[in-house]
Formats: sequence, structure tokens, C-alpha cells
Amino acid sequence: MTAAGTSYAGPTLEVEDLQTHFFTKAGAVKAVNGVSFTVAPGEVIGLVGESGSGKTVTGLSIMGLVDEPGRIVGGAIRFKGENLVGASEDRWQKLRGDRIAMIFQDPMMTLNPVLRIDTQMVEAIHAHRQVDKATARAEARDALGLVGIPAPEERLKTYPHQLSGGMRQRVAIAIALLNKPDLIVADEPTTALDVTIQAQIIYEAQQLCRRFGTALIWITHDLAVVAGLADHIAVMYAGRVVEAGTIDDVIDRPRHPYTVGLLGSVPSANKRGQRLNQIPGMAPNLLRLPPGCAFKDRCPRGDDLCLTEPTLQSQPNGRAFRCHHPHEPEGAA
Amino acid sequence: MLFMSFLVFSGVYVIGDPVDILISDEADAEDRQRAIEGLGLDKPFHIQYLTFLGRALQGDLGDSFIFEEPALGLILERMPATLELALSALLIAIVIGIPLGMWAGMRPESKSARVIMTGSILGFSLPTFWVGIMMMMLFAVQLRWLPSTGRGDTVDLLGIDVSFLTLDGLSHLAMPAINLALFNLALVLRLTRAGVKEVVHQDFIKFARAKGVGRRRIVLVHILKNIMIPVVTVLGLEFGGLVAFSIVTETVFAWPGMGKLLIESIGLLDRPVIVAYLTIILLFFVIINLVVDVLYSILDPRVRLQEVKS
Repeated sequence: MTAAGTSYAGPTLEVEDLQTHFFTKAGAVKAVNGVSFTVAPGEVIGLVGESGSGKTVTGLSIMGLVDEPGRIVGGAIRFKGENLVGASEDRWQKLRGDRIAMIFQDPMMTLNPVLRIDTQMVEAIHAHRQVDKATARAEARDALGLVGIPAPEERLKTYPHQLSGGMRQRVAIAIALLNKPDLIVADEPTTALDVTIQAQIIYEAQQLCRRFGTALIWITHDLAVVAGLADHIAVMYAGRVVEAGTIDDVIDRPRHPYTVGLLGSVPSANKRGQRLNQIPGMAPNLLRLPPGCAFKDRCPRGDDLCLTEPTLQSQPNGRAFRCHHPHEPEGAA
Repeated sequence: MLFMSFLVFSGVYVIGDPVDILISDEADAEDRQRAIEGLGLDKPFHIQYLTFLGRALQGDLGDSFIFEEPALGLILERMPATLELALSALLIAIVIGIPLGMWAGMRPESKSARVIMTGSILGFSLPTFWVGIMMMMLFAVQLRWLPSTGRGDTVDLLGIDVSFLTLDGLSHLAMPAINLALFNLALVLRLTRAGVKEVVHQDFIKFARAKGVGRRRIVLVHILKNIMIPVVTVLGLEFGGLVAFSIVTETVFAWPGMGKLLIESIGLLDRPVIVAYLTIILLFFVIINLVVDVLYSILDPRVRLQEVKS
């Protein structure tokens, strides 16, 4: 956006010890409880975890879209060196959609049903730049073409209900790309789609990030999706990052028992005919987190040592995990 | 409409014999007989109904027994006054109800929203006639700000007499219009609030915010356009209601509209006027429903007929 912004050489986004809590009548729900990760320009990071692990709230925190009763209570979100925690709503509004864009989970719900596609695209441009309507429309059309929508000129005149789910998600992605953001937060953008459409969208997202050097945070519960897409991965559990590292390290040599469990529950060709592993139990209630490691009760390796909170052990190459009894690097499942 | 006309006609037939009121007690049996024959009241019910129907199809809804003029003309003469009153009330309901409802919907927990919601309960639970009388007591009798009854000066606009263009007319219009609007205002307000509360939590509002769209545009375009559908439906139906039920307000404020005419006609058992009035109101409802359907397709693209792609 500004000259200073483009010359910034550090990581696009640094999230440090982020804490987002929801203050309900029953008490504070620690949805995000000390999450840290870094995204470099052009890098794709996969944020993986099961439902309720805090991945979506992390994404919304980065967008400044956490609504009452939720609040960011601690930590820092540094976007190109600027800490956005505590930034004014005006500042957020300037960044949102311009420098940081978001794609939501359900494409059937993200487009306003009573407004035409062109209206919804042009307003995203006009929110940040003073251009005349014809230029904005042309840009919108080009963005639709970019995400692989055939006959973009005609599509501009349609309403969301006239498009399929896959098409709508492409439109949402095109809207996110309109102002050439530095960072896109994609919250399970392919979960609601057919597998074939899913593959296409992932492929296109990857191409676009490489082309424009856009950093991408891909939030998902599907390890198979991130495996083919991300450079780095952060596994979340109960509001914390329990394991992080490059995609190859984490998938091939998981250290945290939870990651091992997640990987074991993914169907694959060489386990045909066998029962899939499952992780016993359910994610803990974020309102009453047990003391120590939140995964202890479901963990095959849990013991009394786990009653104290394990610290994050960092290793070279961005590798980190949070466990007292990690799997050995060689002996992984 | 045919069914309705039958219902109305037979209903009015059952109410009472207009002859008793029309003819003075001193008249002798022969005069009486002549009057009955003159009005066609000696014929059996089904003949009377068929005669009425035949004439109605040619646009003749019969002559008033009292004024001895065509009933239709009598009603049409009074119609502008009622329509003006009803439209003013509708306008008040929209202009005040929608913003207040949106305000209350955006901040459901705030004090101002609670005050608005409590007020709206009063709005639709207090009986119209009582509120009307109270308003008259306060503004006309105690404060003497506004005239209590009548229509005031009128101006000829495109061949129709209207009050709202003169100051005197406007001051006469204010109280009855507000009185008539209260119920609908409360209704629109609550409907708008419910709609807003539902829409603000939708993903597309969050997505619009994620695009960096300003709050103003989100409220005025994204939210407003989505809640207009139920509001228009109810307003359409209620407008018919406003026209029909302006009877009470017109009676209280002596507003010379159709409603007042109807009450007088019922009192005098002036059958043709009653039947003609109800027929016109029925026609009104049909037209309003049509207009609402057309408005739908403008507001909600999903209702529009799809173009057939070749």
C-alpha cells in the first residue's frame, strides 16, 4: 500500500503468543491460548486441527473480526512489522480486503444473496481505491478470469444463487485477490466442496500465491489437503500450537502424539482393509481446561509428568513441539 | 371475488330491513308497498343477488338508498381522503419504524434498544380509538396545538383534493395519521429488528467486513436489502388493512373518508353503499397483493423468473 510497506523485508506476518478469549456467562473460553507462527512472503502455512481447536478464531483474530464476547487479550499480531493488536477499527478496515484478505468456509453463505456479483466485487475495490466504475468492473472481470471462471463478463451480471458452490468459492477467492493482498487467510475454503473441485481450487490457490508472492494461511482439518499445498504446518490443539515445522518433517516424522494420532486416522492406500486409527475421547472443554497438557486424557503416553504444562521445544528449521514424551524422530508411525 | 360478493350481499341482507328506517312511521301501508317495490326489495333473495351481479359486472354497484346517487360514486368521492390518511400513516410507519428497528437490531443489548422495544409493545397493544381520544385530549384540548377533527383546507392536485399541501391541512392530518400509523409502526419496527438480528450474524456480513467495506454501506446496503423482503410483505398486507381499518380513526377524528361513510351507511342500513364499499376494499387487497409480488421480484433476485438459456 505504502512505499514503506512494500520495502519491508521481514516476514509478512508474525503471530506471537496470541490469546483470544470469549467471555461468556459461564466463564472465559480460551479459544486461542498462546499461538505463535510466522509466515513469509509467498509462503503457504497450513493451520491444522480438529473442530474447536481454535484455528478459525486464530484466522478471525488476524483479520480483526473477532466479535463480542470475544476479545484478543494478549500477544501480538505483527503484519509487516506493525502490531495490529489494539489497532483502531479504522486501521483494520483499511487493511482488511486490501492488504489482508479472507476466504470463508461456506461459499453458499459468504456472498450476499440479493446483490449481484459485480456489485459485490466493485465495492471491494472502491472500499480501498478511488477508481472509476468501468475500471473497477474490468478488474473484477479479470480477477474472475484469473480464478478459472469461464465467461467472466456474463458471470458478473449474475446473482450468487445462479452459481454452483465451486463457482461461488472461486468468486470469493477472486474478491480476496482483487486488491492484490500480501496475506490471505483461507478458513477451510474447500471443506464444503466436492473433492474434484477441491483439488482444482487448491491447485489454483497455489499457482496464484506463487505468481503474486502472496502469503497464505490455509486453515483446515484435512491433513491430506495441506500435505499437497503448504510449505509449513502448525498443528493446533485446544487453542495451542502443539507441533510445527516444514510439511515434510511433520508428516513424515511427527513428534507430538496428537499429530501421530491425526496422521494415523487419515485413510491411505497402503492401509487398505485395516481399521483406521482413531484418537479416543473428545476435544476438551475450553471453558475448563485440565491442568497441564490439554491432550493428556486422550494421549497413549500421558502420565503424571503431563500434569505440568509442557513448554514448546524449538529445534532448527522452524521445528517445534509441545510434549513431555515426544515420539522419536526415527520411530514415527 | 364472486364468492366474496355473495357473502357480503347475503350478510347485508340478513342484518335488517332497511325499509323500517327509510320510511317514516306515519307512512301508510300503500306508500310502504310502493317504496319496497321501487327499491326492488319485494323480490326473493336470489333474484336480488343476480340483478346486483349483472349490474356490478357493468360497473354499476347500485344506488344509495339514502342519497339516491350511485354508491360507487359516493365512495370514490371519499376515497382520496382515506387514501391520503392511509398513505401518510404508512409513510410514518416506514420512516420511523425501519430506522428504529435497525437501531434496536444492531445493538440488542443496549438501553436505547430496550426502550424502543418496550415502546413498540405499547404501540400495538393499545387500542387505536383510545390512543386517538387521548391524543385529542392532549394535543387538541390541553395544549391546543392541533385541531381535533375534520380535514382542514384542501388543495386540488391533479383533480384530487389533498390536505398535505396546506399548513392547515397538514395540521389536521397529523394526529389521525400518527394514530393510524402507531400499530404498523410497532409492527415494522419489530419485524425490522428481528430481520437485522438474523442478518448481522450471517457469513456474508462478515465477508463484507473482511473486504474492508465500511460500516455505513454494510448497514444500508447489505443488511437493509436483505430485510426488506419480509417488511414489504407485511407492509403490503397492512396497507390494505390501513385503508380498511381507518374506519376507527376516521370516526374518532371525524375524517371525511370512506370509513366514516361506511359506519354511517351501516347505521342507516344503506345496503348498496355497504356492498360497494366492501367490493372496493376487496379489489384493493387483490391489487396490493399483486404489487407486493412485483416488488418481491425487484428485491429478491431468487424469486425472479429465470431467463431460459438457449
